[in-house]
Amino acid sequence: MTKTVAPSANPLTLKERMKVPRQLMPEQDAALRSTNFTEVNLGYSPELARQEAMRCLECAKTTCVQKCPVGVKVKEFVQLIVAGDFAGAAAKIREDNVLPAITGRVCPQEDHCEAACTLGKAKNVRPLGIGYLERFVSDYEQRMGIRHLPKVPPTGKKVAVVGSGPSGLTVAGDLAQKGHKVRVFEALHELGGVLVYGIPEFRLPKQIIREQLDYLRDMGVEFETDVVVGRTVTIDELMGEEGYDAVFIGTGAGSPQFMGIPGEHLNGVYSANEFLTRINLMKAYQFPRYDEPMVDLHGKDVAVIGGGNTALDAIRSALRLGARNAHVVYRRSEAEMPARIEEVHHAQQEGIEFHMLTNPVEFLSDGKGWLAAARCVRMELGEPDASGRRRPIPIAGSEFELPLSVVVIAVGTSANPIVQSTTPGLATDKRGYIQADTTTQRTSRKGVFAGGDIVTGSATVILAMGAGRRAAKSIHEYLTSSVWEIPAA
Amino acid sequence: MFRIVQAQLLAPGIKRFVIEAPRIAHKQKPGQFVILRINEPGERIPLTIESSDPVAGTISIVVQAVGKTTHLLHCLGAGDSIADVVGPLGKPSEIERFGTVAVVGGGVGTAMAYPTAAALKRAGNRVISIIGARTKELVLLEKEMGAVSDILLVTTDDGSYAEKGFVTDKLRDLIQTGTHIDLVLAVGPVVMMKAVAELTRAAQIRTVVSLNPIMIDGTGMCGGCRVLIDGKSEFACVDGPEFDAHRVNFEVLVQRNAMYREAEKRSMEEFMRERAAQEERAREQTGEPCAVLPGGER
Repeated sequence: MTKTVAPSANPLTLKERMKVPRQLMPEQDAALRSTNFTEVNLGYSPELARQEAMRCLECAKTTCVQKCPVGVKVKEFVQLIVAGDFAGAAAKIREDNVLPAITGRVCPQEDHCEAACTLGKAKNVRPLGIGYLERFVSDYEQRMGIRHLPKVPPTGKKVAVVGSGPSGLTVAGDLAQKGHKVRVFEALHELGGVLVYGIPEFRLPKQIIREQLDYLRDMGVEFETDVVVGRTVTIDELMGEEGYDAVFIGTGAGSPQFMGIPGEHLNGVYSANEFLTRINLMKAYQFPRYDEPMVDLHGKDVAVIGGGNTALDAIRSALRLGARNAHVVYRRSEAEMPARIEEVHHAQQEGIEFHMLTNPVEFLSDGKGWLAAARCVRMELGEPDASGRRRPIPIAGSEFELPLSVVVIAVGTSANPIVQSTTPGLATDKRGYIQADTTTQRTSRKGVFAGGDIVTGSATVILAMGAGRRAAKSIHEYLTSSVWEIPAA
Repeated sequence: MFRIVQAQLLAPGIKRFVIEAPRIAHKQKPGQFVILRINEPGERIPLTIESSDPVAGTISIVVQAVGKTTHLLHCLGAGDSIADVVGPLGKPSEIERFGTVAVVGGGVGTAMAYPTAAALKRAGNRVISIIGARTKELVLLEKEMGAVSDILLVTTDDGSYAEKGFVTDKLRDLIQTGTHIDLVLAVGPVVMMKAVAELTRAAQIRTVVSLNPIMIDGTGMCGGCRVLIDGKSEFACVDGPEFDAHRVNFEVLVQRNAMYREAEKRSMEEFMRERAAQEERAREQTGEPCAVLPGGER
């Protein structure tokens, strides 16, 4: 499997590498892009990619690999870029990551590989642009039509994957590579889960997802849309009548949380999931060419409540749909914002207004059932709470009104209950998430594995993929050994 | 793709479609619905399942042409296909031996109440059905409802058939004449369900309504179908579609259902304009009366 890499094709000394600045990602001009849905980042050229790759110190101890949830062999693929072997670099990434064009765009590398990068530990030196390089080689692979298909004989084992989001697709890809027959069931009419309904075009073009899905199809993975497992077919039926040897549940967190404050039922109040689904999945921004409508945002004041990537995706979409003022209202300070730094910067460049340490307490009506304003309160930070972040506390008497026509609530999600409630014996925690072993992803039901947001609560694409990798490994072990161990509760 | 095996006009503007959907047919229970999307640029709309045939692998839905999507659906016939049909969604109706159940169906709601009425009858209930429509030709499933009811009462708003009046008038009569009713199931326009709820609240009769708010995914993911139940948000797609009528905030339901009225109007106008133009062309070429093609041709 592992392709040997020549000692090093890098002509630069370590000192010289430290002096090369991190190559900037070319991006669409902020003023222009805030009016369109075309991707913000444009991608490295081969020259930029090689220049960036040459900054790698080729450390003996690859902490970047250890910090990667799917264990991409960073040093090796970067060395292949330096050597000019872009196809080889893509193949190297694919040994551990079946969705490189996606993670190259939306993985928060600053929390994983790039956080561990030795370069970044030096004063005034930025870490290697590992995400940008991953994106470059996977785009190259796609452009050149390169495929690395499994050459193993079929095992005769069948696996059902529930949900076509990042964890499910990872399981499917990894198991197809082992020769197992995999069928992925998706509830919506389009494949990709949160990648298609949640993440907007300007951050992750649908075409990229379609290409990655085609790759999986070429590997032998089958897909069936319009199947809500738990309703259309149950887990027991999949493992019974339909003859699957194992099932992986990767249904995502799913259910949007509301704030429970007055006025949440006014017209113009959306959950982030609904707002983004209308735009991304249903293409409401192309109304009336597409039938699904949404509130016309032209010249309107729009706010999103929350500070995560979903919140920024929503408000940056609103801006692109013509919002006059686009606000982020977040109850903590910028330091606690869970969103990626790059996304925050992009949003700031585009003219999004940030209201930190602010929280809505009521949505006010225009008297005709439509939102007119949010009554907000200023917050201050107290002692750290259970999440380790300082708890926001309202400041008495600081209330003010923010005029708004549309508000998008992006304060998190809770477990979607459909699979759990229709699968007897599937253990869940008190919040309704599926209990799965953290190393094997095994659930309380024999042959049933789970991973991603439906186990952990809302997290990131790459963490879901990490769970998918672990699950695929343990599903393969289970299918080849037929040994099932009950995971520790 | 899901193939239509039969399309039958039940009344002016109301069609029954029998669709090949083996997985759904295998699982459907009374009270559940499907979401369908006709073609790639289409919206997703929820529709209650009228019946299913697990052996043939088909389901039937009764659709009234109201907006663009339902009008487009009406242009389809046997042999045509629908891009997506997903279900069965929602919780099934609660079927028990309650005693005497009054089933109230208004307009096309009668077709949605029918499978539950039949199941309630099978469960040993005494079923009194009250079905109503604006006018004679819009009265639906009279024979079918009669077959599963101990008593069937029919009303028309204009008096062109059976008794002139509203279904609520009949229900009020029943209650006032001392008919013992253990449960009321009301399916129809929101104003009708609200009127039924007010009537039975005073009489303290447990009442169930089937709500049909705006929906997208139908799996609890988007929260667009949230309804106020006792002042708290519930999702009609996973917590419903049936709810205790006395706990439902109908004003909020009416308000939220009107959210896209302008867009819906615009869609409809453009559709009618395009259809008129297409029909004109089709008449010239083929003599086909209904020439809007599925698959996004526009």
